[in-house]
Amino acid sequence: MSAHDDNLPVLEADPIADPGLPEHEWRPTDVDPAMERRAERQVAAWFGLSMVSTVLFVVSYFAFAVGEDADTFLGLGSSTLFLGLTLGIALLSIGIGIIQWARKLMGDHEIVEYRHSAASSPEDREETLAVLALGAEESGIGRRPLIRNSLLGALGLVGLTPIIALRDLGPLPGDVLEHTVWDKGMRVVRDVVGTPIKASELIIGDLVNAQPEALFNGGPEGGPMEGVELQIEKSKSSVILVRMEPDDITPGEGREDWSVDGIQCYSKICTHVGCPISLWERTTGNVLCPCHQSTFDLGDSAKVVFGPAARALPQLPLAVDDEGYLIAQSDFTEPVGPSYWERDSG
Amino acid sequence: MSIDTSKVADSNRDEPATASKPSKVGAAATWADERLGLAGLAKKNLRKVFPDHWSFMLGEIALWSFVILLLTGVFLTLWFNPSMGEVTYEGSYAQLRGIHMSEAYASALNISFDVRGGLLMRQMHHWAAMLFIAAMFVHMMRVFFTGAFRKPRELNWVIGSLLLLLGTLEGFTGYSLPDDLLSGTGVRASDGFMKSIPVVGTYLSFFLFGGEFPGESIIPRLYAVHILLIPGLLLALVTAHMLLLVYHKHTQWPGPGRTQENVVGYPMMPVYMAKAGGFFFMVFGATALMGGLLTINPVWKFGPYDPSKVTAGSQPDWYMGWPDGALRIMPGWETHAFGHTISWNVMLPIIVLPGVMFTILMLLPFIESWITKDKREHHLLERPRNAPTRTATMVALMTFYGLLWAAGGNDLIATHFHLSINQITYFMRVAVFIGPVIAFWITRRWCISLQRHDNEKLLHGYETGIIMRSAEGGYSERHLPISETSAYTLTARERDEVYVPESETDDNGVVAPGSRVERLRSKLSTLMYADNVQKPTREELEEAQHHAEHVRELEAGLDHPASGHEFDGHNLHEVSDEPLRPGH
Repeated sequence: MSAHDDNLPVLEADPIADPGLPEHEWRPTDVDPAMERRAERQVAAWFGLSMVSTVLFVVSYFAFAVGEDADTFLGLGSSTLFLGLTLGIALLSIGIGIIQWARKLMGDHEIVEYRHSAASSPEDREETLAVLALGAEESGIGRRPLIRNSLLGALGLVGLTPIIALRDLGPLPGDVLEHTVWDKGMRVVRDVVGTPIKASELIIGDLVNAQPEALFNGGPEGGPMEGVELQIEKSKSSVILVRMEPDDITPGEGREDWSVDGIQCYSKICTHVGCPISLWERTTGNVLCPCHQSTFDLGDSAKVVFGPAARALPQLPLAVDDEGYLIAQSDFTEPVGPSYWERDSG
Repeated sequence: MSIDTSKVADSNRDEPATASKPSKVGAAATWADERLGLAGLAKKNLRKVFPDHWSFMLGEIALWSFVILLLTGVFLTLWFNPSMGEVTYEGSYAQLRGIHMSEAYASALNISFDVRGGLLMRQMHHWAAMLFIAAMFVHMMRVFFTGAFRKPRELNWVIGSLLLLLGTLEGFTGYSLPDDLLSGTGVRASDGFMKSIPVVGTYLSFFLFGGEFPGESIIPRLYAVHILLIPGLLLALVTAHMLLLVYHKHTQWPGPGRTQENVVGYPMMPVYMAKAGGFFFMVFGATALMGGLLTINPVWKFGPYDPSKVTAGSQPDWYMGWPDGALRIMPGWETHAFGHTISWNVMLPIIVLPGVMFTILMLLPFIESWITKDKREHHLLERPRNAPTRTATMVALMTFYGLLWAAGGNDLIATHFHLSINQITYFMRVAVFIGPVIAFWITRRWCISLQRHDNEKLLHGYETGIIMRSAEGGYSERHLPISETSAYTLTARERDEVYVPESETDDNGVVAPGSRVERLRSKLSTLMYADNVQKPTREELEEAQHHAEHVRELEAGLDHPASGHEFDGHNLHEVSDEPLRPGH
């Protein structure tokens, strides 16, 4: 028994004395040779099953095709299904076999090990402190403040280099968040296909996902935008066009001429954290963001009526060009999307 | 100590191995030891004792899922292409052929449809990730509920909490990689989260995304974080977690012969090696079955990411659900002042709250030991009922977590149960504050009442289920004393001591320094311990035994309990009278 450690709580026969470890009991496999051989066969059988399953795994790998017909079996990829089944059985059988071996055949005597306090002995501590003190003394770090402080200064400064070196991770924000590709006279076109929209094409209650025409002709050589440029623009310029009963619309202050025959245009990007808003409830005139359920009333300048968003959706002022197609009067008058520190408008 | 192994597995070998004949293994071991000198270390640790209990297996599930994640993850890196370059898909999945998408998404489709076993590995990887985080959660709760975090294990608790935090981030960076519509929506939201941070938020977003969202850098950068940075940290912390476990030796449940000063169980070699090793294969096998049979994250159904599109019911993986729930039920508060915007509605639930919660989690052991002023080492576990306030604290935290998690699915609750999403949200706004308080109170009372039940068993014996009828016609249930082993196990716990501050003023009537702190400590200690039921004293036990003997005297006449089966052949009989197997 180890020396008693004052650092441990002790339960001395309070109120009952420790009866001590119970007697070890032999298992059937310890005393009955037939049971023992049976357990041995069981363990080996599990390992055998594993081997069979691994062979089947190899067979499945070559037998089942992947690709087009991946959904042919029970709605699951048949290759995936059989590979998973055979691999799973192969691994599980090894596990079950080993554990069976441990439980039935390996020694099951519980043994006792004594604990020691996590702390080092007082002598060790003292010696360590002495060695530390000696090291500090020999280095003279306490006696030579000039060296110490200049070293600290150097280490502090050199620590800045990784931060400086990360500067080129990205450009400074500048004012790009305040602008989109929308501009005076730019046509509002249908999402995906890019065809311009006439006011008469929309009936009351219609909601159309739309984009600035520049996405389809603002790219290289007048073609569609591509790659990053397109993705960035889509994340800012996407809009929804909605036609409502003009009587149901309460235009915001100074926004009386922003709609055309009850057709209004709002940013599709939620002012909460930037998901595209897509659920349109025709009867109430509300749109709902599927990410966090912020709800905006399109009849009332898209003000927030429910949910965590704090600001109304920015509205795009609409007009009609000579050919009768819907165009923007200007860019958005405020930044679209989620709020950020530098954002300067309510 | 010597062990009688005379009967163990005699079919393996008749005689113990002797070192007299030089064997090949022995020669290899000598070769290695002459260079590494590991024999000393191995001698101490090969027979290291680990105690047995099912709940000690939970952490092991986490460990093995991490290994599975490393293995399946390496497989996936061989085909995954973390690039946001635009390509036209021409692979096997007909419905997306001809569509423009990022190379990351195209390669995720390629792994799913054109690499044999690729979808299996992807699904195993995702399932193992869920298992990893879930097992860490449950393991953490086990450690807290049983008091295994107490001295000297507080630092291992902190490491464990960091593992949980890093595991969650690792999961998020992982499921963001395929660049499908769902994961892209998650990344879009995290851009909004970053931008809500005052002063530096916009810069953080621009630096992380390499410019304006979505840019073309985020996937490769998340990839580096996901396969190198965080796994490296996880590996280092898991190693530290294990080394500390070995150094401290595992905690154990109290019982006959199991004390603060020893650890009783099976040796590492061979039993635990076999059990733990076997368990690795079982976890791996179960993950393989799940990967083969249960579809998870079918990215091909979501389509490529497009910032102008979204799917209804967009939700993160379950472990990100609770901050998402907080985000959903947060009122839309925002401040505009001096040309700047602070969006409390995003910053508080998604940036501040998780930070606060993880800080509270890491501080729990230190808060408890500050209140109790207990500086002793604890190696015996406590049953949750015997620490009612601690148990209630964790249940309150779980309730808070659970309610937020449910709030993260408020849209699904609304559609599945035909409820109003507005009402669910309003309900949750109140419930996250009141729920934990109610849960705390109920749990605490529940634990105390279980403690009373334990004392009753000790003092009056257990309920036999045998109903006695007295001569007068009154009915009573017969109680019989519990065994010495159970009685010892029930009483093998410490008595709680409410902290009483030393005299608050000194002899001259001057208030002792720090006495306000002491009073607070005393108050918290009273809250923590005063209502607990303490185990009976020796005198109480003796008196109860005396009383029981008296009762037995009264019941004399009937020298065995009447079970009601005296005449139908189903009478109770002693189990020890039964032979182990018939025929022996």
